Amino acid sequence: MSEKVLMKGNEAIAEAAILAGYRHYFGYPITPQTEIAAYMAKRMPKIGGTFLQAESEVAAINMVYGVSATGKRVMTSSSSPGISLKGEGLSYLAGADLPALVVNVQRGGPGLGGIQPSQSDYFQATKGGAHGDFHMLVLAPASVQEMAELTVKGFALADKYRMTSMILADGTMGQMMEPVSLDFETEQAPEKPWAVTGTKLQRKHNIVNSLFLKPEELERTNFERYERYKYIEENEVMYEEYMMEDAEICIAAFGIAARVSKNAINEARAKGIKVGMIRPITLWPFPTKQFAKAAETVKQFISVELSMGQMIEDVRLAVNGKAPVTLCNRAGGMIPSPEQVLAAIEDAAKKGGN
Amino acid sequence: MQEKRITIFSGHYGSGKTNIAVNYALRLREKHEKVAIADIDIVNPYFRTKDSEELLRLHGVRLICSSYANSNVDIPALPAEMYAITDDKSLYGVLDVGGDERGALALGRLAPAIREENNYEMVFVLNKFRPLTRDLDSALTVMKEIEWASGLSFTALINNSNLGAETTEHDVRGSVAFAKEVADAAEIPFWYTTVHESLSSCFAGEEACYRPILLQKRM
Repeated sequence: MSEKVLMKGNEAIAEAAILAGYRHYFGYPITPQTEIAAYMAKRMPKIGGTFLQAESEVAAINMVYGVSATGKRVMTSSSSPGISLKGEGLSYLAGADLPALVVNVQRGGPGLGGIQPSQSDYFQATKGGAHGDFHMLVLAPASVQEMAELTVKGFALADKYRMTSMILADGTMGQMMEPVSLDFETEQAPEKPWAVTGTKLQRKHNIVNSLFLKPEELERTNFERYERYKYIEENEVMYEEYMMEDAEICIAAFGIAARVSKNAINEARAKGIKVGMIRPITLWPFPTKQFAKAAETVKQFISVELSMGQMIEDVRLAVNGKAPVTLCNRAGGMIPSPEQVLAAIEDAAKKGGN
Repeated sequence: MQEKRITIFSGHYGSGKTNIAVNYALRLREKHEKVAIADIDIVNPYFRTKDSEELLRLHGVRLICSSYANSNVDIPALPAEMYAITDDKSLYGVLDVGGDERGALALGRLAPAIREENNYEMVFVLNKFRPLTRDLDSALTVMKEIEWASGLSFTALINNSNLGAETTEHDVRGSVAFAKEVADAAEIPFWYTTVHESLSSCFAGEEACYRPILLQKRM
């Protein structure tokens, strides 16, 4: 398939998942991600897969748990309130070290909120997502092409580290249409000797479980898991730098906020302001080192977010007081305009960022 | 071409129906005094005819759509006013139908009156670059599913093949053979190919086959 196709972000996720060998869909509809389910409903019967609309998000995530335990590549998708419902299952997946791909096409909140785009589930996604000590790998696409590519990458990372990969998109990324090339490498799922596939009386049986009767043993699994997380933080960080070579002002933005910011940066550059951007592609692990390095030369940071300011906390931790970090935001389903971001850049320049 | 009293635009989800329907309504208005466009999409809460509300109002085209379109109220609602399209025989009506067979279900409610009056066109909008209408079989399947769900048969095809902002003249010209193949297989006339305004200069003098259209604003 070398020719480009015009796809919605949600469709790109669905088709990429199929290319990555995914054959079982469990989900429950919610705007703005329902196209993923609709696409799977059309495609799965044609390729020998299973489409199942579960009775709830809770049911869907537990079906994911079950299929993952058998070693198959598995995913589910939802939007903000639905992800909250899946929370218990996300923690159980972590406790049982099961790989899965979970898509969150965020909408405005809190509560039932609205159906317009948002990034206000950043804390939920990057700080664990539910009860207990755990992390998910969090991938933030900024184009329809990346929706597809990060889905494939997400499956590979999930299998490699036996964790949940979360695609943290937003309503705009899910709904926008862009040409996509689906002509990329997909890795087959690795061997999974831990999977529950039947012993055929030739090996000891495998157990998939997140209940531990002895606290010492539960503590040991936590410490081991965090060794793995440390390795991931060293090896799996993904980010994009834009015009950072000589930047004195640095924008931190991901997803749709990064696209808006790019336009604002181009306009500010035309006015002679030295501004650039670090766009985290992995939100966990966060590009802490990249921001810390930038803080050696950058005079001001601006975090552009579709939330009341969540990622800004990670930027501040990374910058570690070396430069001021300010927020440029909209919330509740609204998107910052390039003009708003440009005004924030000009304001920073006036304060001596340039 | 003598327009029928009702023109219905239907097709695969994301094929560009709404955009074509709005453009068609504006052209109709150049010839006829009373033109109304009704958005009967029950599938998609975004990218609605309502996006073109101002443009339609400026040109005197009546817009009929659910008061919930483009709002946070995410429910599949139909406007009661849509019956004006079938009841008021003095107007020219354009129907913008939701995508695929799920969207076409809503059209089924109006189908008996439309069939009875028998003064309509139902146009299949095709984009060969959409993932589920890339070959003849899948395009024909989508058409059949819509016909079953709506209780109406297609009478014409418009080729709206495009790759969004990246569309080239080559993409457009290269899509015509496929569109003709689909129309021939479905045994319906092939009306024309649409060309987004940014490319219209490449097709100067060929407007009969390559019709320039305005793109409506998106969020």
